[in-house]
Amino acid sequence: MILQRYYQPEIERMSYDEMKAIQDGRLSEQVAHVYKNVAYYRKLMDDKGVAPEDVKSTEDLRKLPFLTKDDLRDAYPYGLLAVPLHDAVRIQSTSGTTGRRVVAFYTQEDINLWSECCARAIVAAGGTSDDVVQVCYGYGLFTGGPGLDGGSHKVGSLTLPMSSGNTERQIQFMCDLETTILCCTPSYAAYIGETVDEMGARDKLKLKAGIFGAEAWSEEMRRGIEAKLGLKAHDIYGLTEISGPGVSFECCEQTGLHVNEDHFIAEIIDPATGEVLPYGEKGELVFTSITKKAFPLLRYRTRDICVLTRESCSCGRTLVKMSRLMGRTDDMLIIRGVNVFPSQIETVLISSGFQANYQLIVDRVNFSDTLEVRVELTPDMFSDTVRKLEDRGRELRDKLKSMLGLYAKVTLAEPKSIARSEGKAVRVIDKRKI
Amino acid sequence: MTIEQLSVFVENKSGKLVQVLKTLGDAGIDLRAMSIADTSDFGILRLIVDEPGRAHDILRAAGYVVILNNVLPLAIDDAPGSLAGVLGALSEAAIGVEYVYAFVAHGGNRAHVILRTTDDKLAASVLKARGVAFVPAGEILRAPQ
Repeated sequence: MILQRYYQPEIERMSYDEMKAIQDGRLSEQVAHVYKNVAYYRKLMDDKGVAPEDVKSTEDLRKLPFLTKDDLRDAYPYGLLAVPLHDAVRIQSTSGTTGRRVVAFYTQEDINLWSECCARAIVAAGGTSDDVVQVCYGYGLFTGGPGLDGGSHKVGSLTLPMSSGNTERQIQFMCDLETTILCCTPSYAAYIGETVDEMGARDKLKLKAGIFGAEAWSEEMRRGIEAKLGLKAHDIYGLTEISGPGVSFECCEQTGLHVNEDHFIAEIIDPATGEVLPYGEKGELVFTSITKKAFPLLRYRTRDICVLTRESCSCGRTLVKMSRLMGRTDDMLIIRGVNVFPSQIETVLISSGFQANYQLIVDRVNFSDTLEVRVELTPDMFSDTVRKLEDRGRELRDKLKSMLGLYAKVTLAEPKSIARSEGKAVRVIDKRKI
Repeated sequence: MTIEQLSVFVENKSGKLVQVLKTLGDAGIDLRAMSIADTSDFGILRLIVDEPGRAHDILRAAGYVVILNNVLPLAIDDAPGSLAGVLGALSEAAIGVEYVYAFVAHGGNRAHVILRTTDDKLAASVLKARGVAFVPAGEILRAPQ
């Protein structure tokens, strides 16, 4: 028998009408707040001829202009901050993406609500105040660690703020302290699974659930992790721009993620026209933050492709459900949880004296993402000694590592050896099956 | 004192080496000596040919990454220990060997060695002082009788 538990049952099981009433009220307040305090968005609204009074309910949402990552870049760093510095207490940022870095701000109450969202995810995965929650997401600017850490504290679980890396120590703690809930990226969970096998520690594990997010993963990968670690694996979704993990989370049914829609209104749009699509149709996911005060984004285009459904769920939650992510509308790659744009790699190549002709080969080996950068060699970089050529490769690898925070294998290729289609190079070959 | 060597970048894929050699063969370029340095991903093919300048242009035109550089051509006694002696002299002078390859000369009792060091100029004077013979470029490049 599965015990159904909720962190905030009155919200998570609320009728659609009640939820809509909450959304309508919060939305109109939020639009007024943003219009008053964010000059950048006020101008977008003025240009579109929308006044705050025009937005009274969720039906009016479509009158509002979209925000994109470009807007965030244009308004960097403080242009979208909606409260005085006096009230802002925290910054989080997306994984080191020069030129596209996003900083998000939080008031104390914003952090509080974000933690509640993560607490809902932990409780949905079976977490209670008797659990030991090991957080192996990175801490620091990345939202993964702070988000789940906050949620775990709300639930009252014993929280192990491990951050990522040092896998053997992770497993040692896991065994010694009898960790019951593991929070990390799915690829790291798979890696932990492999290492547990190598250490012969499987019998010492007391894990019952995992909360794995920040990258796309397949059902096959889920089953693999569950078998290796002996737990039930739950997906969690979020993005720094909107708050971090906990924007949506999976319940025991494992058939999609419930959106915390008392905080975030989700829409699906046609990425080409911006038209809002009905439930069940595939399109770009758009979020509007209706409670966040410091960094309240309205109609933020996530570039993630998925489907929204509003059907009853066997877990009893009424929150709208989003499907597993089905792709991106831009060329962003997520590799081991790190956002990577081919253009960033191009910048590194050019600054290192390489030509802009390159190819990125992404694969998943033993459930862990790999990135290979193939780049064409030019005569002026060539040398008759292996050492100098290898130095070239190593320098590039080090620069990529410091720029992306990600290890990439660098392969030097002959000129014109990188496949081109219709005169244009095929930049990305993603061999991962998700 | 030096001789021109062609270095060609070759990806570590089957058929790549054949392509380079065939391109040169078709153009009537004669190979005198050759060595390959390889890593798991790529190789550097080093060639001594009868017409280095023309070979360079041909490979360049065929889309290869190719460079010409100078190396030291030595003629050493074809006897046990003679190469060790030469390299030992370099080591004493704190000169590093980048690579070395040998090939047998036509006739005579000497072996030809192509040498590249961290400081070829210094290496040349060290070796000369030791009485090591350098092969005149003409002797290597001349076609066998």
